[in-house]
Amino acid sequence: MSTTTIPAAGTARADGRSMVEIRELHKSYGDLHVLQGLSLDVAEGEVVCLIGASGSGKSTLLRCINRLETWDAGSIAVNGDLIGYRSSERGGVPVLKELKAREVRKQRAEIGMVFQHFNLFPHLTVMENLVEAPVNVAGVPRREAVATAEQLLAMVGLAEKAKSYPRHLSGGQQQRVAIARALAMKPRLMLFDEPTSALDPELVKEVLHAMKQLAETGMTMVVVTHEMTFAREVAGRVAFVDGGQIVEVGPPEQVLDNPTHPRAQAFLSRLV
Amino acid sequence: MSVSTTEANPPPLEALRHPGRWVAGAAAILLAFVVLESILGNSRLQWDVVGEYLFDEGIMKGLRLTIILTFAVTAVGMLLGTLIATARMSKNPVLAWLAWFYVWVFRSVPLLVQLLLWFNIAYLYPKIEIGLPFLPPLIEGDANKLISATTAAFLGLTLHEAAYAAEIVRGGILSVDPGQTEAGDALGMSRARILRRIVLPQAMRSIVPAAGNLLIGTLKGTAIVSVIAVDELLYAAQFIYNRTFEVVPLLVVATLWYMFMTAVLSVLQYFVERYYGRGATRSTTASPWAQAKAVFLRARGVFTTPTGGKA
Repeated sequence: MSTTTIPAAGTARADGRSMVEIRELHKSYGDLHVLQGLSLDVAEGEVVCLIGASGSGKSTLLRCINRLETWDAGSIAVNGDLIGYRSSERGGVPVLKELKAREVRKQRAEIGMVFQHFNLFPHLTVMENLVEAPVNVAGVPRREAVATAEQLLAMVGLAEKAKSYPRHLSGGQQQRVAIARALAMKPRLMLFDEPTSALDPELVKEVLHAMKQLAETGMTMVVVTHEMTFAREVAGRVAFVDGGQIVEVGPPEQVLDNPTHPRAQAFLSRLV
Repeated sequence: MSVSTTEANPPPLEALRHPGRWVAGAAAILLAFVVLESILGNSRLQWDVVGEYLFDEGIMKGLRLTIILTFAVTAVGMLLGTLIATARMSKNPVLAWLAWFYVWVFRSVPLLVQLLLWFNIAYLYPKIEIGLPFLPPLIEGDANKLISATTAAFLGLTLHEAAYAAEIVRGGILSVDPGQTEAGDALGMSRARILRRIVLPQAMRSIVPAAGNLLIGTLKGTAIVSVIAVDELLYAAQFIYNRTFEVVPLLVVATLWYMFMTAVLSVLQYFVERYYGRGATRSTTASPWAQAKAVFLRARGVFTTPTGGKA
């Protein structure tokens, strides 16, 4: 059974294959219903920015995509493969069976993630941070992994920092290393969880620049952000998340400048 | 009076003097000298006897067993402790509960009581068989023969140490930012690899000082096993003074060796801490020599950078 048979929410863009298909996602923490039947499609090569108030569920949604969070109902598929589950049936009724940890790890290895607080490994040098997973998870020969890492560091403008420890770098440099670390696994999809929220204002620009560069290479990206300028310049679409649902989604100029949903109007008017 | 900004060089800065510190320092040195003089100068300590027995064959044999016991107990205890700590934090409630129970039991029973129990294990289990259920035993024999005094000491000390090591390792693991595990997860790393490669090396920063304490505690804890007639350092000293009645000089011999070994372990701990501290601070830490020099120079009003170079 392919996920495409599950009724689509009709949010996919007309052009391009779907890279991410999120269907009727529900999640609760105790009494708190964080995700309330949320659906979203992201096309291959598309950049989607998730915006919304804190506590709206946008970070939880992002963390579900690589199964850092579990959910209670619904499904997520990346590049056609269900995340965290496989289709099966019990007594003639289709069910989704949870995957083993080993299979989930394989799926995660193909999805890059960048965190708000970078989460670089402080006891490893920049180079060691970049080659750890390619060598030990993907099984890439060390020499090859080092060559790729050097290319990626050059791409984010930090070629000379390979031997530094993360704490010797500025926040902006650390976040660019984190982006390079995620890219070292050659992911098909990149997730960004408020990548500039922990940075001093003057350091935000260099990180956004690296992300913009990445978007121009055709990488599919889902970005939780409060950077409206970035969303306007780089995003194909902007999705406004509120109360665990996507209440408004569309091109940035439409969602950011002429929002129709009252909550989106209220949120955006407070930003300006 | 205002300082003119047109002047090329502002006047030099003069640091505040601390005469009180010099007085307190001098008083402390004097006090230390008086105490040392009264001990070292006490002829009843019989330093010649101390010298005579310091490298005595029996003492050397005892010292060797003390060192072997300390390292065997620490190695096995830390390993067992790490396993118990991971069990305690596992998602399996049965494992977590059992680990908690283990720590509770072995922290509640006094070491001395535990040693006596192991020494008298034959009372509970006259015959010991080790093996899988329903299969012939791998090891079997008389408990009194299988569990010698040294084995009883090793078992008691190790099980005791493991309970404390488990808490130290658990504390160390909890001190590492959960974001580190998340980053490893997001890269597709296995839980075991995340623990070994990412979390434990960072946890070591808080584990090492506590484990160093535990190691030195174990070193001196081995003295307790003299009560079950294990021929370690203290027992060796007792063995001699029971014959010669030179009680205090032989206790001094044992003490000097304990102090020497603690000094060696402290130096070792310093270097291990330095190793696990790499990448943890913005500047590398200065060596103790450079730090002492900086303190001395600062007292004389010369300022140095934290790494030891002159500012």
